[in-house]
Amino acid sequence: MTTPTAPGSLHLTQLTKRYGPVTAVDNVSLQIQRGEFLTLLGPSGSGKTTLLMMIAGFQEATSGDILLDGTSIGAMPAEKRGFGMVFQGYALFPHMTVRDNVGYALSVRHRSRAEIAARVDEMLDLVQLTTLGDRMPGQLSGGQQQRVALARALCFAPPVLLLDEPLGALDKKLRIEVQAQLKDIHRRVGTTFVYVTHDQEEALSMSDRIVIMRNGRIEQVGTPSDLYQNPRTEFAASFLGKSNFLRQGGAVYALRPEKIDLSPAGSGPARLRGQVRDMAYFGAVLKYQVTVPGGEAIEVDVDAWRGGDPLPPGTDVDLNWTDAAAVRLDG
Amino acid sequence: MTPARPRLNAGWLLVLPLLALVVALFLGPIVNILWLSVTDPEPGLGNYAALFTSDSLGKILWTTLRICVICTVISVILGYSIAYAMVHAAESDRKRMLSLLLVSFWISVLVRTFSWLMLLGRNGLVNNGLEAIGVISQPIAFMRNELGVLIGMVHYMVPYAVLPILASMQAMDGRVVSASRSLGATGAQTFWRVYLPLTRPGVVAAALLVFIINLGFYVVPAVLGGGKVLMVAEYISVQVLITLRWGTAAMLAALLLFGVLALLFLMSRFMKLSTVFGGART
Repeated sequence: MTTPTAPGSLHLTQLTKRYGPVTAVDNVSLQIQRGEFLTLLGPSGSGKTTLLMMIAGFQEATSGDILLDGTSIGAMPAEKRGFGMVFQGYALFPHMTVRDNVGYALSVRHRSRAEIAARVDEMLDLVQLTTLGDRMPGQLSGGQQQRVALARALCFAPPVLLLDEPLGALDKKLRIEVQAQLKDIHRRVGTTFVYVTHDQEEALSMSDRIVIMRNGRIEQVGTPSDLYQNPRTEFAASFLGKSNFLRQGGAVYALRPEKIDLSPAGSGPARLRGQVRDMAYFGAVLKYQVTVPGGEAIEVDVDAWRGGDPLPPGTDVDLNWTDAAAVRLDG
Repeated sequence: MTPARPRLNAGWLLVLPLLALVVALFLGPIVNILWLSVTDPEPGLGNYAALFTSDSLGKILWTTLRICVICTVISVILGYSIAYAMVHAAESDRKRMLSLLLVSFWISVLVRTFSWLMLLGRNGLVNNGLEAIGVISQPIAFMRNELGVLIGMVHYMVPYAVLPILASMQAMDGRVVSASRSLGATGAQTFWRVYLPLTRPGVVAAALLVFIINLGFYVVPAVLGGGKVLMVAEYISVQVLITLRWGTAAMLAALLLFGVLALLFLMSRFMKLSTVFGGART
């Protein structure tokens, strides 16, 4: 007999979490596909971590339910759900070796030594830590600890892996490296990943879909490119990437800085005329601040290679963009 | 350039009076005791040899050791439970519990011991009460035996056990417990495999502290044992005050001292004492 839905899909229905008068998560409904890499993105206090903790079973929902492959698990404690979890700060067992950490989930399930050893080898291989199995967590670097935490959480082949800001403690260069590894591991194990972060670059580079959260509610859900190209609210547009906001006749439009053409004044028609206030050089791009009538500053990113020589502050410039570049926002 | 010459830092002068006091009033008497133990009544190791020849000395040491071990085990288990409850209580409750715990430090051990006498004596509250409701016909002998001594000692020791254990529990990263649960461990598995091992420094510190205080405990065994339960400290006082065998008393005191030092040394072989007395690892 086949199950109606493949294992590893999650369905959140009207999940709400209140702490006294404070509503941390407010009526969130979401369908997460099997094998999907879904990111909950939002600033601190947006409810993303609380939502993850409810999925994990560490927080009980005030109302609403969670379905795993169609079966309600809302009332099930964390240890029964069998979801893997990578904690912020990793929460490795400091008194156990790397091998014992990774094999813990199988050991508490009373699997045989041989089976545990084989699976631990497989996991250490997956995260490229084969030579460090007998070290204690305290002897590892941050990046290595992060990989141990990942191997530990995946060792018992959970249908869902929850990750709570797992890269938060790493420096920027390492973070980009680990992002690629994480994405690769996700592809290889095929587990559903639910990933919490406040870092928009992490969200954009790894996710199949991103859920932008704000004040306990879902602001917008979509693929990274969908969210970037078609934000629906000012919050979504400014939290994911940078955006200028133009107000025209009661409507608000989001306009990404790199979608604006900037040229010296007088070379043709212009949507807006302005004056360069400031220019910052970033190697690949030149970031201009352009003052337009009304006193507002508009950000314009110019490709440094194709955009010609930098224009000094005070230069009068014409700004142009295509109709498709400006996205009309809700409200 | 001036040549570097070893010079005593003037700051040490400030410590000097204190150092003199410690030497004169603390180290001096200890050396004196050690000296007495090998010179009184005659020079030699005769006092120590008595340990192996005298039945009564052996019995006293055995009683002391047995009571200390039992009391330590019970105190640490009770202390662990109390500390666990405190860590998991709400913030305001925890503060209330902590102040209750500290209050018990301020009440004189004599007062507490005599209170037990009132409660558990032949005509004490407990026996009278039980007789009144017909549970027992004869008073239970709580006092003038090891049971009484143990009750009194455990009562006195539990706060000492709670504090180091509490410190190690508070220092622990609570997420490892969540991690254990997320990996499918039951409550019992999480406790035995993660929680207890990570709070072990606190348990060891508590056990050490309680055991060492117990070794030299005088008041409780003297009062609640009623002369029937003779432990080392009481025996020493008898030797000093009544039978005037200072050599034997000094020998026993030295034995306690070395026992404690040996214990500390043994523990230091297994773990850094600083982590034990610091409460927990970071």
